[in-house]
Amino acid sequence: MALMTKASDSGMHTEQLAGRTQQRFFRPEEEARFTYPHAFEVDFARRAEIDAADLEPTQINLKLRELMGQGHGTIVLKNPGAKHGIAVGILNRLNLEIQGSLGYFGCGLIDGPNIRITGRVGWSCAENMMAGTVVIEKNAGSTFGAAMRGGDLVCKGDVGARVGIDMKGGTILIGGRAGAFCGFMMQRGRMVILGDAGKNLGDSMYDGTIYVGGSIAGLGVDAVPGEITDVEADWLERKLKLYGLAAPNGVRKLQKIVAGRQLWNYDNLEPAEKKLIL
Amino acid sequence: MCGIAGLIHRGATGDVGREMTAMLQSMKHRGPDSTGYALYGKPHGQELVVRFKLAEGAEMSQGFDIHRQVKERRDEVDRRLAELGATILAAEAATEYAFRYRIAFEGDRRRLANYVEDVDGAEILSMGLGLELIKDLGDAAQVAGQYHLKGFVGTHALGHTRMATESDVDIRSAHPYWAYPFADVAVVHNGQLTNYWNGRRALERRGHRFVSNCDSELIAVYLADRMAQGAKLKDAMTDSIAELDGVFTYLVATSDSLGMAKDVMAAKPMVLYESDRFIALASEEVAIRSIFPHEIDTFDPYEGDVRVWQS
Repeated sequence: MALMTKASDSGMHTEQLAGRTQQRFFRPEEEARFTYPHAFEVDFARRAEIDAADLEPTQINLKLRELMGQGHGTIVLKNPGAKHGIAVGILNRLNLEIQGSLGYFGCGLIDGPNIRITGRVGWSCAENMMAGTVVIEKNAGSTFGAAMRGGDLVCKGDVGARVGIDMKGGTILIGGRAGAFCGFMMQRGRMVILGDAGKNLGDSMYDGTIYVGGSIAGLGVDAVPGEITDVEADWLERKLKLYGLAAPNGVRKLQKIVAGRQLWNYDNLEPAEKKLIL
Repeated sequence: MCGIAGLIHRGATGDVGREMTAMLQSMKHRGPDSTGYALYGKPHGQELVVRFKLAEGAEMSQGFDIHRQVKERRDEVDRRLAELGATILAAEAATEYAFRYRIAFEGDRRRLANYVEDVDGAEILSMGLGLELIKDLGDAAQVAGQYHLKGFVGTHALGHTRMATESDVDIRSAHPYWAYPFADVAVVHNGQLTNYWNGRRALERRGHRFVSNCDSELIAVYLADRMAQGAKLKDAMTDSIAELDGVFTYLVATSDSLGMAKDVMAAKPMVLYESDRFIALASEEVAIRSIFPHEIDTFDPYEGDVRVWQS
């Protein structure tokens, strides 16, 4: 319960669920029910390299899987050439360094690996990410971290539009500016934009928290300013430091944006159900 | 989906035919239906380069009489050019149905274009001092090979790989579009315009002609109309952001510049590489990587962004 209180204090989730909606939490004794096929036991001390210059995306991903299957826990991928769909569906621990840039849908559907990309990423990086870390040293395209559920997604440069659209958990950190419609229909999690944010920030967000260090071109429907708590300030300080980032004027000067909750429709009855009652 | 690309060598010339072919071929998956180029070579005084077609490629294998008809159409084009005072300096048949003429002409270019296009099956793809607009069915490798584009040297270029969604798979509906009747202005577009018919009707009432039912043509004609009213290219592009409805990213080129515009939703992709000597833009970074295999910094332009670069 103490953990839940702390999570609520720091803005991780604030919605009060009731009625048919139930909160479910994973229990340690249920671990066996949540194992994946193609999740490998790896040894971080075992290192391998892939030169992707002449490989198609499917070949690159199969090579990654082959190396993980052999127990390699540290892999360096060279010459990715901005190809699409690289390093997707990795469901185990892994230290992966990608030396270069990725195209669309890089690092999507991952659950656990720590990935560092020295270049830029295209649209929809880390879409549906469940856990782990993805750190991009340069810029990123639009729909960064779309529908993300957990883990840390970090871009040290600028990012395009619709960052964290439909985000359901985890943390997105952006060192530079971000485009329009960031946090659109965000449901949970936290997003930190240290530079400027585009228009319609947090449009139709249900929950979660957005922090902005620069100017905001405009708030979306039902996105409203909030107050940073001590717990949040402490969390922000530690989280940014972890990735070598810093708020331009200190974390207390970040603008906090949350849901105004005027659009909440949790647990509303379906039209057919209303007819039955009324 | 469609893929668009642009490049410009600043203060220099380069192998733009080969470079654009590499960029477009790497985006073949975005649209395999047709491929088009707007290549800007070095002008030769006031000589005009006219690219035109007299039939669709698919027509050449249909009917018994098409070859004779194309020959007659070409003879008629030659006659009409002479009638309006144009001197044909060189005439090449790029294919059986597409032609490249170098002409000397000092008269009214709109009248010339209208008179030539009045010939059955004739469509002027481009007319300009440096612009050469080539488009045909197939991927970039096919079109570049068919029209011998890999040796084309110039200052800048646009390109397009098309996935037909709202109009036919034919040369008429392929990009780029020439901003008739402005010499050397061409447009490529990725997206959908939702006020196409309203915009088209308004422009037709102002005397502009459309050769296709492709919404992208509206951008070229819109820019031509705005510039005819005295607007500078960048101002016309800025106005287009508010006046064109829909989701779009487009590139436009003139004799000495390259521009890009992105709608207010930023719904269509564009990646940009910018240096003192070279600008490259494409729907996907993989296209830019096809000519820059070494590490470079790229970024996404933002919503409502309009940029213009000079060669």
